[in-house]
Amino acid sequence: MNKLLILLLLGGLSGCVSTGEIEPWVKPYERENLAHAAMQWQLDPVESGYIHHVYQAREGAKGAEGTSGGGCGCN
Amino acid sequence: MAVAVTKFNRFCTLVFAFISFSTLAAVLPEDRVDAMYHSYDGGGMSIDGPSILIRKKVSNAVSVSANYYVDSVSSASIDVLATASPYKEKRDEQSLGVDYLNEKTIFSLGYSQSQENDYDAKSYKLAVSQSFFGDLSTLSLSYAQGDDVVKQNGNELFEEEVKRSNYTVSWSQIATKNWTVDFNLEAITEQGYLNNPYRSYRYRDDSAALGYSYATEIYPETRTSNAVALRSRYFLPVNGALYGEIRFFSDTWGISASNYKLGYSQALYDNWLIDFHVRHYAQTKADFYQDMFERKDQFNFMARDKEMSTFNDLTIGLKARYLHTFDRSSLIKSASVNIAWDHMRFDYDDFRNVLQTENPGEEGFYSYSANVVRAFVSLWY
Repeated sequence: MNKLLILLLLGGLSGCVSTGEIEPWVKPYERENLAHAAMQWQLDPVESGYIHHVYQAREGAKGAEGTSGGGCGCN
Repeated sequence: MAVAVTKFNRFCTLVFAFISFSTLAAVLPEDRVDAMYHSYDGGGMSIDGPSILIRKKVSNAVSVSANYYVDSVSSASIDVLATASPYKEKRDEQSLGVDYLNEKTIFSLGYSQSQENDYDAKSYKLAVSQSFFGDLSTLSLSYAQGDDVVKQNGNELFEEEVKRSNYTVSWSQIATKNWTVDFNLEAITEQGYLNNPYRSYRYRDDSAALGYSYATEIYPETRTSNAVALRSRYFLPVNGALYGEIRFFSDTWGISASNYKLGYSQALYDNWLIDFHVRHYAQTKADFYQDMFERKDQFNFMARDKEMSTFNDLTIGLKARYLHTFDRSSLIKSASVNIAWDHMRFDYDDFRNVLQTENPGEEGFYSYSANVVRAFVSLWY
């Protein structure tokens, strides 16, 4: 099974090399919608950092918020 | 055949992007100033204050940022009312960051410190972000270290430490010209005094008037947690975007949690952006949590923090943003005025409301609501 996986990976690598430079499928001139304000996770970092801090102080889970929080805010 | 080759190329890109790094240049964040007033009000707590963020490019390759943040706390929460008196305190936080752009890579350094009368925190962060394949994909790695000092008002002899390490891997992917997907993985290790010195567990005590007494909580001195999140946004042809988030969490204390978020942002006219979102969070309790222990020192570790209990919370939020763009000759490129409001509802499944004095140990389960407001202005220059 492991040998099969290695063969598949080697095959994949050689395939990538043989096809040369890979073309992006979304061209720079096609990114107008992606640049729209409605498409931004980090539109206002000062606000998103604050709201993560609110949740971190009140929920047991933390991490993978996408931005950093921090601090105590315990009681 | 051409279609098959294209699909194969996409597959190769995703699998071997870590080693190929054939990319176009990344960009530094825009120069901006944000001034925000924030307010949290709920569960007997009122917290508000300002947050000021300044970001400026000092060259084509270097951007610096500084943030000053204040929490002014007035607390009469159920935890405080159960065993202590309402109090007021202030928390100041200062952060500095530097981003260095080198062709396709951004190196980031960050330092943050905060001070309360009974808690000092310092953290250092190192991150590297690489965009590649025509900026369709971005891989980010970061490491952060935190060193906290825990003190206790009224007890000059009490001083404990907490050391924290955060390891993060993030992948951002442009899937189509209307669709983005973000993946986040974070592992956190903590060591030291991890409980709150003011919090207590309660245990049955027939000699007490209420039938129970309180004692200082005892937490394990280590905690390791993992969180994984998947986020996605999709642009709709009505000048709006639908977005969602799922996140899963687990730790060595026995807590498992998940949250789901669904939102929609809509541009209106030329200047407005309206956002609406719903978020649900649920968690299971820590192994060493109980609302009522049978006796004092029953176990090695004992907690009655409601954040360690089984509960869920639901948030609905609204945000409005007005953006004005100035003439090109102006010093300021654009400015926005923003107001955001979130309503949160917390429902606890095994944390009882001790302020109800009938039937000790069988009080109703606690619940509360909170309102979170942000009002801020942003300038881009």
